[in-house]
Amino acid sequence: MNADTLAAVQPAVELEGITKRFPGVVANHDIRITVEPGTVHAIVGENGAGKSTLMKILYGMQKPDEGTIKVNGVEVAFRTPSDAINAGIGMVHQHFMLADNFTVLENIVLGAEPKKGGRLDAAGARARISELAAGHGLRVDPDRLVEDLGVGDRQRVEILKVLYRGARILILDEPTAVLVPQEVDELFDNLRELKAEGLTVIFISHKLDEVLSIADAITVIRRGTTVASVDPAEVTARQLAELMVGSELPTPETRESTVTDETALKVSGLTMEADGFRPVPKGTSIPLYVERLRAEGRRLLLDDVSFEIHRGEILGIAGVEGNGQSELIEAIMGMRPVHGDISLDGADISTWSTLKRRESGIGYIPEDRHRQGLLLEASLWENRVLGHQTRPPARKGIWVNRRSSRADTERIVKDYDVRTPSVDTLALALSGGNQQKLIVGREMSGEPKFLIAAHPTRGVDVGAQAAIWDHLRNARAAGLAVLLISADLDELIGLSDTLRVIYGGRLVASLDPCDVTPERLGGYMTGAITSTEET
Amino acid sequence: MPAGLYRALLTVVGAIAAIVLAIVISSVAIIAAGASPEAAFAAFFDFGETERAVVNGIVTMLNRAVPLFIAGLAVAVGFRMNLFNIGVEGQYRIAAVCAAYVGSTFAAPAWIQIPVIIVVAMAVGGFYALIPAVMKVTRGVNEVIATIMLNYIAINLAAFLVRGPFTGERAKGVLTTTTPTLPESAWFPNLNVLFEMFGLPAPRGGGLWGFLLVAVLLGIGLWVVLERTRFGFEVKASGLNASAALASGVSPKKMVISAMVLSGAIAGLIGMPEILGDKHSFGSNFTPGLGFLGIAVALLGRNKPAGIAVAALLFGFLDRAQGPLQFANVPPSVIMIMQGTIVLLVVIANEITSRIALRREERRAAQQLGRNTPVEVAA
Repeated sequence: MNADTLAAVQPAVELEGITKRFPGVVANHDIRITVEPGTVHAIVGENGAGKSTLMKILYGMQKPDEGTIKVNGVEVAFRTPSDAINAGIGMVHQHFMLADNFTVLENIVLGAEPKKGGRLDAAGARARISELAAGHGLRVDPDRLVEDLGVGDRQRVEILKVLYRGARILILDEPTAVLVPQEVDELFDNLRELKAEGLTVIFISHKLDEVLSIADAITVIRRGTTVASVDPAEVTARQLAELMVGSELPTPETRESTVTDETALKVSGLTMEADGFRPVPKGTSIPLYVERLRAEGRRLLLDDVSFEIHRGEILGIAGVEGNGQSELIEAIMGMRPVHGDISLDGADISTWSTLKRRESGIGYIPEDRHRQGLLLEASLWENRVLGHQTRPPARKGIWVNRRSSRADTERIVKDYDVRTPSVDTLALALSGGNQQKLIVGREMSGEPKFLIAAHPTRGVDVGAQAAIWDHLRNARAAGLAVLLISADLDELIGLSDTLRVIYGGRLVASLDPCDVTPERLGGYMTGAITSTEET
Repeated sequence: MPAGLYRALLTVVGAIAAIVLAIVISSVAIIAAGASPEAAFAAFFDFGETERAVVNGIVTMLNRAVPLFIAGLAVAVGFRMNLFNIGVEGQYRIAAVCAAYVGSTFAAPAWIQIPVIIVVAMAVGGFYALIPAVMKVTRGVNEVIATIMLNYIAINLAAFLVRGPFTGERAKGVLTTTTPTLPESAWFPNLNVLFEMFGLPAPRGGGLWGFLLVAVLLGIGLWVVLERTRFGFEVKASGLNASAALASGVSPKKMVISAMVLSGAIAGLIGMPEILGDKHSFGSNFTPGLGFLGIAVALLGRNKPAGIAVAALLFGFLDRAQGPLQFANVPPSVIMIMQGTIVLLVVIANEITSRIALRREERRAAQQLGRNTPVEVAA
């Protein structure tokens, strides 16, 4: 009956009846997972299913309200992450926690510096790191600055950092979210190597193909509880997905084209210097100036970006994060000065303020809703006013029109299915999906002509994701022009009418979403494929 | 219980706890100074024996509270959008000396004379605050450093002006230099009538400053501006989340300039009750330090006009005890220790109570949603 009496080895990690009550997000409820040592154990679940909370509990960042955790057969109660580290558990976070201006070596030893007579023992550290790196096939150059490293290298540094602290059990939180397909393969090779060394890897993901290719065992989490433990050899991606979602899967497919020939937004020759905007010298034209910048070898964040979006069209921009997407958005929104022309409905808006651009019909779903989209400590109706403070229904002369703002927020709550007790609730009390639905509802009000949707479904649950896709499709059918920027390649391919790839600040490829695979897209995104193909 | 009421109650409880704790800490300081805490705290509540003495005590407290309240408002305008106008001190002094001088150069009916003086004070204060604002938006100079430096300039410039170009006649035997005395049409009527209404004797000296009424109106007006208007919303948005405000079309430059100028204009009024209601000139013995105290008052009052009023009254109450404390053989610097500890503890208490309130809000939302839409969790 008891697995312990049968198995010769103790499970590396055993979670029994873990429950965590937590306001605003899906709590963990009666979680049961057994991870065998020397395996890659995947924990899959939709965004918001409670995977991250569970991992925070296992890593000592949060305490469970109920349940027990056993590591190598011994019951433990972690109070801080250092307790977890002492027990041999290490965590590689989804967002890297590295100091950019430090070298790889310095980052790895940071917080656990080997000392020799009160000074950093760099030689000793280097020897250990090389040993670890060679032993696990994690190639890095210990003396390079982290800021010069690519995403894949940074991840290896994070893994080494954890190994350096003596971890035998590694938690990887959505490690592939920031990687392109080629880098994912490399990561998986590393993980197999670690497994061969007898380490245990807990791999959190919602990308099923990846999970099936790497995991030895899979536990599915839905709505905060473990719903199934399956053997990857015996399930298909489809079955896993249905376990995860608990119902039919939504797809981001757009149906028939609604693209018109009326141009809504046109940008031409957008160029942005990396070291601060400088006005074009008098007597020089912009192209000549940009030519000169290039000749001087200046780094450009945006390099001659031009495109048109028609009414009823969704233009998708694919790219690895940090290749100019944020700069492009900020340039279009007028938040950052840029060379080149931007016009909306034929009117040149290049010199307009952000406010005027918004007033003239640009909506903006920001990539980071907490940073750019919400006033977390303000009520929902005040968040409705945000960005619309100069327009009805939010404004009445010099006053904020509280009554009609509230009423219009009620409308958004109803139409966009924002789950909230009232419109006076503070925005921070809502779950991520509901916050995002509120933002989508707000940006769609006031009949925008053009919408920037940056990662519109990032970190929202599957129900909200489907709803947001529906809203985008409906708005597109009603003639809205949309610039879609996303890291979710399925979302991009499924929703877009036209697909462009941005790499190093340049639009390097124009692809037809009907016949492109995520792998090929990944090739363009990393610069592995360079030839431009026109469709 | 509605969330707003709950939050207000929590704030009050936190403030009371902080004050009790501050009393305990100050007691330690008083004992260390070799005095008895009971005698000291008795002195705070000892307003004197005669009716006249009590009235005088109350008036001293209120007259101290009025400029502190205005100073708190001035600081709070900037604080609301994370703009630290440390320059209120300099702004009010330079405004006071200029307004006192301009007011003394002409005589007009009171309804012209007084508003002109007030407008000059606000304009000078606003202009002086414009300097760091422009430096910030054009060159990115940190406003804290700029305003601190400008304080030195303003304080010394005011001292120079009152001795030099703006100096008035000095009566024989008087050691202080002042600007020329204001004509009587610039004297702000006092509010002693309030005491007479209750059959109490009129306080001595200038009496209860009539500028109290202006301060109350200013407080209400500022509340309306900050809580109800578009400008107030933009201030709030910039303070809560600057990048979201930027993305929403709130121009940070415009906001820095307008909030700073508004803050400086209000700062310009700090010296007005004393000049118009009491001394009728700006002199070398003009009350200093009101701008710095205003920072503490604003912190204590959580940047809200009503809270600032309470904080200013508390500071006035403590400051009044200067005399009685000396009679009780307690060093009056105890007051500053108390003020300091109260501010520190209230800031801590505010942080704790606002966290509790936010967490409760989250929990309430989760609970209510839980009732409306049962979460399907397999048992």
